[in-house]
Amino acid sequence: MRDMVIESTQTCAMPILTATGLRFATGGQALLHGIDIEIARGRRTLIMGANGAGKSLLLRLLHGLLPPSSGEVIWQGAGRAQAMVFQRPVMLRRSALANLRFALKVQGLWGRAREARAREALDMAHLGDKAHQPARLLSGGEQQRLAVARALICEPELLFLDEPTSSLDPASTQMIEDLVNTAHKRGVTIVMVTHDIGQARRMGDEVIFLHAGRVAERGPLDQVLGSPRSEAGRAWVQGRLYTGPAI
Amino acid sequence: MFSLGDIMAEAFGLILTWDRNLSEIVILSLRVTLSAVALACLIGLPLGAVVGAFRFPGRGVVTLLLNTLMGLPPVVVGLFVYLMLSNAGPLGILGLLYTPTAMIVAQTILVTPIVAALTKQVIEDLHGEYTEQFASFGLTARARVAALLWDARYSLLTVALAGFGRAVAEVGAVLIVGGNINHVTRVMTTTIALETSKGNLQLALALGVLLLGLALVVNAAVMALRASAVRAAYA
Ligand SMILES: Nc1ncnc2c1ncn2[C@@H]1O[C@H](COP(=O)(O)OP(=O)(O)OP(=O)(O)O)[C@@H](O)[C@H]1O
Ligand SMILES: [Mg+2]
Repeated sequence: MRDMVIESTQTCAMPILTATGLRFATGGQALLHGIDIEIARGRRTLIMGANGAGKSLLLRLLHGLLPPSSGEVIWQGAGRAQAMVFQRPVMLRRSALANLRFALKVQGLWGRAREARAREALDMAHLGDKAHQPARLLSGGEQQRLAVARALICEPELLFLDEPTSSLDPASTQMIEDLVNTAHKRGVTIVMVTHDIGQARRMGDEVIFLHAGRVAERGPLDQVLGSPRSEAGRAWVQGRLYTGPAI
Repeated sequence: MFSLGDIMAEAFGLILTWDRNLSEIVILSLRVTLSAVALACLIGLPLGAVVGAFRFPGRGVVTLLLNTLMGLPPVVVGLFVYLMLSNAGPLGILGLLYTPTAMIVAQTILVTPIVAALTKQVIEDLHGEYTEQFASFGLTARARVAALLWDARYSLLTVALAGFGRAVAEVGAVLIVGGNINHVTRVMTTTIALETSKGNLQLALALGVLLLGLALVVNAAVMALRASAVRAAYA
């Protein structure tokens, strides 16, 4: 009896995703060197780091789109309830509404229930009046909103977002952050790449800071932004250019 | 001795009065070619999509084969189908030689590699763009193929039209397996060949004009499809 109680508290604290010794090399060049991270269940983890640090690559490995050269990713959620919003949104050659319908069809949803859910998601993304517009003709910000809505419509346990607001104006950025935060409040675990320290302060619970394919900093937001331990991390937080050696 | 002017006038007369003999030939042509293109799409679209979207052992060989078959001379296809369907052949028992069905079979064999090879190219490009998103959705292989075929619908319609254009203009294969029998297997191209050699230039010219018109319509359709695909960013 006592054993069971202990086990269930452990389950609660268990990370939803764990990466151990994750390495990725291609063409004789190592791009990620032994990444060890845990994604806390129900939290918002931000992945930060310079261009080319390996953030998108890490997301692909975590999401299972690429096999690591060594190491492993252990998924501790139920089923495969993950979704991802890519750095460049991939829109199907269909209307905005049909893009949402497609995601629901994949989940085996049909008919009137599907239509209602798709409409609801479209309204949440403030795209209600663009239902029948070809998705690829939407503006960059609208496409990004549609991509987030399409990822969330599948009700994932874990949502990856790769710089979803990097080229958006403040209003669109706000809409995306609202969508993500609403999902987070419903219990969705968030893993988001961002370059925006302001956004990090607004949205972050945990921060993982990558430098040249390695984890330079990781921990609660305040700790990483307040007292970074690595030289690269300090430079990043202070907005200085860091040209020193890889850690 | 007719002048060229007389011949042309008579040819247009045949078209305008929709001469029985002429219409019979045109309708058979369309029936044979449309059936063949429909069958070729039924086989070639999924085949091309699978080869375009998936890596599997032997994929290179299949691609090579499709590209080779795409350039196959029609007379060779005709000869092959003839050998299969003739009395001595393995399918001779069906008694299909010199029937429209034999012509449909020959044209299907001719057009399928074209449809499959072009489809492969279209789907391969599209899949390159979609592959990570599809993996993220966790799509099954079947769902991937279906989604790719749907999203490539405009390009694939032009592929089908290309197949139609090739089949309707083809002579060698249908001549060999159809035999150009009056009221039975006479189509536009074989009739032109025969009537020209007989000196019956009016009918030949009338059919030639109709073939040209058909090519015009097909190409206009391709252009219109392209334009509307580009307009909706579906190209
Ligand atoms: N599939 C791949 N094959 C070869 N090299 C790759 C591959 N994917 C990424 N890279 C390389 O790995 C490095 C990290 O790329 P990644 O896209 O992860 O950077 P990033 O941190 O997301 O940068 P950004 O902020 O510019 O988006 C880059 O130098 C890139 O060229
Ligand atoms: Mg990136």
